Amino acid sequence: MKKIKTIGCEEALKHLLAYLDQELGPAKRRELEHHIEICRTCFSRAEFEKLLKTQLREAGRETVGAAFEEKIKSLLGRF
Amino acid sequence: MMPLQLNQEETVTQADDRGFFEEKVIGLLDQLFGAAMRLVKNREDAEDLVAEAVTKAWASRRSLKDTENFRPWIFRILTNTFISDCRKRAVRPQTETLSENPSDAETAFSLFEELHQPFLLWWGNPEKEFLNKLLREDLAKAVDALPDLFRIVVVLSDLEGFSYQEMAGILKVPVGTVRSRLARGRGLLQKALWRHAKEAGLIKESKKSSERFYEKDKNDRL
Repeated sequence: MKKIKTIGCEEALKHLLAYLDQELGPAKRRELEHHIEICRTCFSRAEFEKLLKTQLREAGRETVGAAFEEKIKSLLGRF
Repeated sequence: MMPLQLNQEETVTQADDRGFFEEKVIGLLDQLFGAAMRLVKNREDAEDLVAEAVTKAWASRRSLKDTENFRPWIFRILTNTFISDCRKRAVRPQTETLSENPSDAETAFSLFEELHQPFLLWWGNPEKEFLNKLLREDLAKAVDALPDLFRIVVVLSDLEGFSYQEMAGILKVPVGTVRSRLARGRGLLQKALWRHAKEAGLIKESKKSSERFYEKDKNDRL
C-alpha cells in the first residue's frame, strides 16, 4: 500500500474547506483525512466548519407560498 | 416536403420542451427562491427575480445544450439577472474597496480560532455551543451583509451546493477566482457572525473563561 504523506496543520488548513466542499483529489484527501485523525485541533476545526456549513444550508432553505407557485405556473402557461 | 416535416418535428420538440421546462422549474422553485432571497434580501424582490429569470430561461431555452445541466443553467440565468438588475438600478457592485486577494485579513478570520479553547476539551466545546446559539436569522443576516460578489459564491456553494467547476461555469470566471471569492466570502461571513454574536451577547469574554479555567485547574491539581 502506498504510504500516506504526513502533513502539518498549516497544510491541512489550507485544504480544509476544499475538503469539506468535496473538491480535493484522492491523494490530498487521504493526506487531510490522515491529518485530522491524528490532530485533535484540526479535527475539531473540521467538525466546526462542517457544522457551520450545514447550518448555513439549512438557514438558506425557503419554501415558496402557494400564491407564488400559482403565479409561476400561470407564467409558464403563457409560454 | 422537407420544410413541412422539419416544422412538424419542431412543434413536437417544443411541446416536449414545455412540459420538461415546467417540471424542472416547479421542481427547483424553492431552491431558486431560496437563492433569490439571499441575493435580493426580501420576498417581493426575490419573487420578481425568480419570475424574471424563469421568463429569460424560457426565451433562451435553446442555449441549454444538455438537459442534465438544467440546474446550473437556470441558476446561471438567475445570477446574471440579479447582476444585470443591480447594474440597471445603478447599484454599483459592492467591490470597490474590496480586492479579491484572499490573503486579506478578512479571509484569515476564523470563528473557530476565536472560540476554540484547547484546554477546555474535556469539559466543554465553546465553538459548538456558539453554533447552537445561532438562529436561522443570524445566519441569514450574516449572508445578507456580504458584498454582492462574495455573497453570490457563498449562496451558490454553501446554500445550493454547486461544485467549484459548476460555479465557474455559472459565473463565467476561472475556478481559481471561484476559490478565492469563496475563501474571502466565508472569512467575511465568519467575521460578520462574530461581530453579531458579540453585539447580541452570545459570547462571553473568552479571557474571563480562560482565567476561570486556570483557577479551577490550579485547584484541581492541588
